[in-house]
Amino acid sequence: MKGRISGLVIAASLVLLAGTAMADTIKIGVAGAHSGDLASYGLPTVNAAKLVVDEVNAKGGIDGKQIELLIQDEECKPEKATNAATKLISDGAVVVLGHICSGATKAALPIYTEAKLVCMSPSATNPELTQSGQYPTFFRTIASDDAQATLGAEFAINTLGAKKIAVLHDKGDYGKGYAEYAQQFITDGGAAEVVLFEGVTPGAVDYSAVVQKIRKSEADVVMFGGYHPEASKIVAQLKKKRVEVKFISDDGVKDDTFIKVAGADAEGVYASGPQDVSSLEMNKAARAAHVAKFNAEPGAFFDNAYAAIQALVNAIDKADSTDSAKIMEALRTENVDTSVGTIKFDARGDAEGVGFSMYQVQGGKYVVVQ
Amino acid sequence: MHALKKSLLISLWFMFLTFPIMVIRVNTIEHTVIWRWNNLILIGIGSFVLSLIWPWALRRREASRAKDSTAQAQVHILDRLAANKNILRTVIVALLALFLAIPLLGTTYQTNILISFLLYVILGLGLNIIVGVAGLLFLGHAAFYAIGAYSYALLSQYFGLGFWLALPLGGLIAALAGLALAFPVLRLRGDYLAIVTLGFGEIVRLVLENWSSLTGGPSGVSNIPRPGLMGMQLDVAQANIYVYYIVLVMAMITIVAVARVKDSRIGRALQALREDEIACQAMGIDRVGVKLMAFSLGTAWAGFAGVIFAAKTTFINPASFTFFESAIILSIVVLGGMGSNLGVILGAAFLVLLPEYMRAFSEYRMILFATAMVLMMVFRPQGLIPARGRIYHVDDPDAHSSNGGQA
Amino acid sequence: MDWQYLAELFLGGLTRGSIYALIAIGYTMVYGIIELINFAHGEIYMLGAFTGLIVASVLGILGFPPAQILILAALAAIIYCAGYGYTMEKIAYKPLRGAGRLSPLISAIGMSLFLQNYIILAQTSDFLPFPSLIPEFAFLDPVAHIFGSSNFVIVLTSSVSMAALTVFIKYTKMGKAMRATAQNRKMAMLLGVNADKIISITFLLGSSLAALGGVLIASHVGMVNFAVGFLAGIKAFTAAVLGGIGSIPGAMLGGLFLGLSESFATGYISSDYEDVFAFTLLVVFLIFRPSGIMGKAKVEKV
Repeated sequence: MKGRISGLVIAASLVLLAGTAMADTIKIGVAGAHSGDLASYGLPTVNAAKLVVDEVNAKGGIDGKQIELLIQDEECKPEKATNAATKLISDGAVVVLGHICSGATKAALPIYTEAKLVCMSPSATNPELTQSGQYPTFFRTIASDDAQATLGAEFAINTLGAKKIAVLHDKGDYGKGYAEYAQQFITDGGAAEVVLFEGVTPGAVDYSAVVQKIRKSEADVVMFGGYHPEASKIVAQLKKKRVEVKFISDDGVKDDTFIKVAGADAEGVYASGPQDVSSLEMNKAARAAHVAKFNAEPGAFFDNAYAAIQALVNAIDKADSTDSAKIMEALRTENVDTSVGTIKFDARGDAEGVGFSMYQVQGGKYVVVQ
Repeated sequence: MHALKKSLLISLWFMFLTFPIMVIRVNTIEHTVIWRWNNLILIGIGSFVLSLIWPWALRRREASRAKDSTAQAQVHILDRLAANKNILRTVIVALLALFLAIPLLGTTYQTNILISFLLYVILGLGLNIIVGVAGLLFLGHAAFYAIGAYSYALLSQYFGLGFWLALPLGGLIAALAGLALAFPVLRLRGDYLAIVTLGFGEIVRLVLENWSSLTGGPSGVSNIPRPGLMGMQLDVAQANIYVYYIVLVMAMITIVAVARVKDSRIGRALQALREDEIACQAMGIDRVGVKLMAFSLGTAWAGFAGVIFAAKTTFINPASFTFFESAIILSIVVLGGMGSNLGVILGAAFLVLLPEYMRAFSEYRMILFATAMVLMMVFRPQGLIPARGRIYHVDDPDAHSSNGGQA
Repeated sequence: MDWQYLAELFLGGLTRGSIYALIAIGYTMVYGIIELINFAHGEIYMLGAFTGLIVASVLGILGFPPAQILILAALAAIIYCAGYGYTMEKIAYKPLRGAGRLSPLISAIGMSLFLQNYIILAQTSDFLPFPSLIPEFAFLDPVAHIFGSSNFVIVLTSSVSMAALTVFIKYTKMGKAMRATAQNRKMAMLLGVNADKIISITFLLGSSLAALGGVLIASHVGMVNFAVGFLAGIKAFTAAVLGGIGSIPGAMLGGLFLGLSESFATGYISSDYEDVFAFTLLVVFLIFRPSGIMGKAKVEKV
């Protein structure tokens, strides 16, 4: 019997060990939603990573070592994110580009923190991630939600002269966070009041009751935290119900799809988004490379992801090491030219030189207004 | 010839039916249309072949059913294996040794997957008491999983309670919640019960999502402490292995406990209740008490699993406890074989490990899994390993073949 | 009392309720005849919306006028969804007849997942914008902010189709056979009713109404994705239960009741607990009046 057991154990261990290969390349993990309903937020990051890595590898890699991408799908689900994170660590990733959603990032970060692995997200905007100080190895190339909510609320009060603001959200992590920060900012400031704070359910058959509530509240500005599918529905219903109100939203709405979907109703809508970097040479080149390789325009967070992978590669190169402490040191001290401009990271992990601008839909295009 | 003609018609029907979805791909924003004619050909060929196999498979199913009812061939092999105590013991010891050794040999990733697997085993076995043994259709198991997870998360956040205190408490709270649900629904049976439990499950999730001041709303609760081992600070990999052993022990306790419950007085009362409620009442079984017991026993395990889940991921949010989760746990029980503990374990392996190792086909795994669910129900509704009634042996050798409680 | 607000909420609830009623009828008919909760029914609604969207887009590119597009797209959705419903029954439910209660339910859950993933793979997982097909009626213009033409079309279409269904069930031979099968399948079969055919027709009718609901609501809110069927399905199911499952007038009443109560609850309380409210209603009803508003209490005979 003993022989049988040890035989089994040996067989099992062989199978298990076969998965771990030797490290002769520099491995960069890419984690995010690559399937499921949020895939469109995660796949552009994979493309960005591929573009940069192909370019670096073609030039001979980092100090002669080729870069290898380890791509892990976690569908933006926290429980899968932890699996993906441990998988990346056991596969020998040196740094991780990701995760995409704040929730999944939050779930994965304790694992990276323990493993002292640098993790850089192009899109996780939850303020806690950097502000809590719990995740020293976390970096991001996007500004946090509270910055965005503050910008939106300030814009509503100071530029649009709003006195009564209705705050809506999509009951999601991102949207509700934005709405709560906006509400807090408005209430603390005292210059305007929040007359309505409501959530809408994505996929519900009808939003008319909430729209009627907006009318009843006599708000002059609606701030919405969430993504463009719901935003376009609300905007359309507002128009249909002839509610005259200005509409301010977030990065999830600052997407050209919103304009195409909402059509004429989108006209005049404000949305905050990452600073306009489309005039930068490097950004143009990155986008052109994407079109050349994938035969399509890049999607959400592509710029931030492209910048993140550039920053990571640069840091590994400058650190001359795959040691996390040295990479972090390089990230914090070395300025790097990226597709979103020249950036470096502060002590908390937020990128300096990355911020939000306010855009408005004018003539079917987003135009910078502030 | 007739069959071929029929298959041809069926394949034409499918080509027609799937035409708009499979062939046309519109871009509603750019107003362009892509026609994917090769999909039409694939559907045609695929449905032609399948329609030839389908009646044959159905016939085979009928044939094997007829055979089963007389000979029970399937059960015999397993019976013989189970009867041979030596083989059984060897298999159990070997499996145990394998499971004990895995975290030491495999990667953290392997361990992680196995933790998920064992959690689903616990969840499935708990649900098995309610669905398999008591025959109460239950679609809200994820709610109790959530209650367990949030119990630990919130108790540790607000009161600083540790894992080992939270584990029994989480189970207790889930069991109490199970009782609270059970009281009003005792009168309901069958599908109505299923819907009430589904509704309850959704209510729990929506409350967790909307009660931001207590639960953190959709952002969830983060930084839930991992279980500590006698004050030692464990790093992630070690803590993972530690959680693995906790969940392994928990799963073994569950397996033994659920098996014992099934064969106990309560278990037999539940099985009788499943077969005929009215007859049970006539026999003097305390229907209310026994049902409440089934609910609280089943949900308590979900609570335990929830606590361990929270400790493992250190971050929870309501999105982990959707109806889909309840559906997966139910599928584990049903695919494995309702009422059969071994079946539930295999079911969990099938539904949790397989998709995890099939990540390569990640695009297709959900559709394959859905197809498997339907096909299983059509061709093998009793599950992978059908439940068998316990066989009570009588000393009289002539009466050896009679079995006591064929379920 | 703000009467205009009340009226707005009432009319919004009416629109919502009509859609719930359309979908709920499918649930209730299937349940009435084979006692199966057809979990995939919500997905039929979603498929209806998708088929409608695809056909409408193609016709739109070909240059048809919107009103014609709406009618043709709705017809196509109805035909295709009836086909899906029929095929689904043949594959996933018919072989399971007489296999207990749980197996068909699991099979239905599997079917529901299958159809969602079918859409994800064959089409997209993103939200697709749905063209606004319902024309703006001039006579509704003065009140359009309260009751727009899409609300009008939805309420009108669903009332007409429900009335037609009621006539069909009450006065045609097939309708009689359906009612007989629902009451006692064995007896009906003994009397020469072809139960298989009746079940197929039930699926055809229920799916058609769901498809109609799908096209109407999709062009009303302007968005579809693969997941819209789940919530709508569960809500419609709640409606069917509220009205008394198995009863067709009950499903209509239940749909309206649920739509109106959701609308008022959102309007006067908060939209945060909109869905909680619907589910609570479901649970409370099942516990205290499981036979619903219109259903008859069943007495079990030993």
